[in-house]
Amino acid sequence: MTAAVSQHDPKASAATADSREQDNAAPLMEIRNLYKRFSLSGDFLEQLKFKGGKLVREQEHVHAINGIDIDIRRGEALCVVGESGCGKSTVARTVMGLLSPSKGEIHYDGQRIDHLSAKELLPFRRRMQMIFQNPYASLNPRMTIQQTLEEPIRLHHPDWSKERVRDQVRDVMDSVGIDPDWGSRFGHEFSGGQRQRIAIARALAVDPEFIVADEPISALDVSIQAQVLNLMMEAQQQRNLTYLFITHDLAVVEHFGTRVAVMYLGMVCEIAPTGTLFAKPRHPYTQALLSAIPRLEDDRPQHIRLQGEVPTPVNLPPGCVFHGRCPHANERCRQEVPALIDVEGGARVACHGVEEGRL
Amino acid sequence: MRENAMSDTIVPGRWARFRDSYLLYSFKRDLVAQLSLVLFAMLIFAAVFAPWLAPANPYDLAQIDIMASELPPFWIDGADPQYLMGTDAQGRDLLSTILYGLRVSLIIGFGAVLMQAVIGVSFGLMAGYLGGRVDAFLMRLADIQLSFSTLMVAIIVGALVKAIFGGATFSEYAVPLLVLIIGLAEWPQYARTVRASVLAERSKEYVDAARVMGLKSRRIMFRHILPNTLSPIFVISTVQVANAIISEAALSFLGLGMPETHPSLGSLIKSGFDYIQSGSWWITLIPGAVLVILVLVINLLGDWLRDVLNPRLYKG
Repeated sequence: MTAAVSQHDPKASAATADSREQDNAAPLMEIRNLYKRFSLSGDFLEQLKFKGGKLVREQEHVHAINGIDIDIRRGEALCVVGESGCGKSTVARTVMGLLSPSKGEIHYDGQRIDHLSAKELLPFRRRMQMIFQNPYASLNPRMTIQQTLEEPIRLHHPDWSKERVRDQVRDVMDSVGIDPDWGSRFGHEFSGGQRQRIAIARALAVDPEFIVADEPISALDVSIQAQVLNLMMEAQQQRNLTYLFITHDLAVVEHFGTRVAVMYLGMVCEIAPTGTLFAKPRHPYTQALLSAIPRLEDDRPQHIRLQGEVPTPVNLPPGCVFHGRCPHANERCRQEVPALIDVEGGARVACHGVEEGRL
Repeated sequence: MRENAMSDTIVPGRWARFRDSYLLYSFKRDLVAQLSLVLFAMLIFAAVFAPWLAPANPYDLAQIDIMASELPPFWIDGADPQYLMGTDAQGRDLLSTILYGLRVSLIIGFGAVLMQAVIGVSFGLMAGYLGGRVDAFLMRLADIQLSFSTLMVAIIVGALVKAIFGGATFSEYAVPLLVLIIGLAEWPQYARTVRASVLAERSKEYVDAARVMGLKSRRIMFRHILPNTLSPIFVISTVQVANAIISEAALSFLGLGMPETHPSLGSLIKSGFDYIQSGSWWITLIPGAVLVILVLVINLLGDWLRDVLNPRLYKG
């Protein structure tokens, strides 16, 4: 790559910072310095070990998220991509309060929500909803569709009359393309695509403004994927939704995302508007990732082959988490953790090479 | 509308759903299950309608004739046709006493299982869903409970109650006491089974969806998770009913159960046991046979139910 990077040009970087400031006016969701680790060591008694004649307490952790800063702006679809085990789903589940963060803060519409009790969180629950990966497991097999869809409405609008709840269910079923007369059936009587529509209907039933979608189409047949994706985009336009969309499918990102965050080993290595990212990926990992997309006109593929394996998240490498596989890594990369810096095109990259202008 | 018509015809009622179910289908092809159900239904019927079916009331002292004691059943010489199954050592009609005893045994069996289920299911749900310290505490409690044998707990509690409140009080409240003792002794069976299925269900996404919705833990446990763990609960319930009836019989046989004035099958067997050497074998063997048949058919039904509900054999 050429070193024609302009972040050292003060004018250009001021301009990008300005534009960022403007559409950053009031991000809907702010994730601040988020950490999440899971203990591998079991309970207290299992942590005790004999070492050199002494009883010591030893704890091992999986470091799923290691300091993430993401702003999600109103009305956008922020896609999070990365390979298996990089912490994408953990981000989604932590944001929704299914997991509590080990460190860091989550702000929704200006209010901190990660430390609220279940009761205090309830008003936010109505405004943020989630769509899950596996439509075969996300519907309760013992409940009819009508019951499944009525439940969130009843919970969040206890004062609504029976008729009003039923009307809302009909509306929302209509809007996802499921015949409202099928309400008395059970989830297993539907196909995967239909089930995912029902799951989307459940999320939309309480008129949320923010939806976290955790790989919502990866369990579906390819022909159905597009339908469900289009349904989600339609809903976004009609209801002015904001999405946090977790996926590993880069074609979907190109089609769906406003901005993209690329994750590697629990860290964001690049976050950029979709067009910028696909036209000019800056981080070496993003470049490798994009070069792996098969292309029709690709008669001489220029795949970037990464050496080695993803390191284990139990013992994180020092410095940049990517340095072991990065062809451009130097001594600084092995010691110092890179921070996200602004580059041109509204992108932010966490790479010493980009910062120093060598990439 | 075409689609309307379609949904009207396809969505079946409860009865139609049962008629088309795998449960009924496999029942129709299983002779053992059919026989067991018929026998079980007959025994239940006999127990429920004992006051109308029985030729005499064994609790009514006025109807007992001590002169007619130890009469043999009808197929043996010296039988009195008035007493079809003969009489016991006190001159009670054995058939009537068995019918009333069956009633007592079944009440204690089902009552104890109901109690076990209520305690075990709640504890199992809490341990599995809440996890962490609650789980550790409840499961250690279950381990401690399981490390005592049911009979030992029952004997200790029974003996304590008898010693503190006296034999008369014990006899008066024998049924609720036995329900309590057997119920408390066997709840870990339920708790462990339920906990295991809750752990499997909890990781499914519909539970996450319910949590994201903001539902309270209690509602998620009872409304979402519990209905999905019912199959194993049904299966162990059948086994536990049989176990509870056997436990009660064993306790009664040891003299810690039902008093002889209100005999269950177990105390009837015990009361006849003293006379088995003197030739009056029927006082012990006939109630014994009834007990064996009762427990056997319940276990056979449970086996059949387990095979039907086993998701590895049948998915639905």
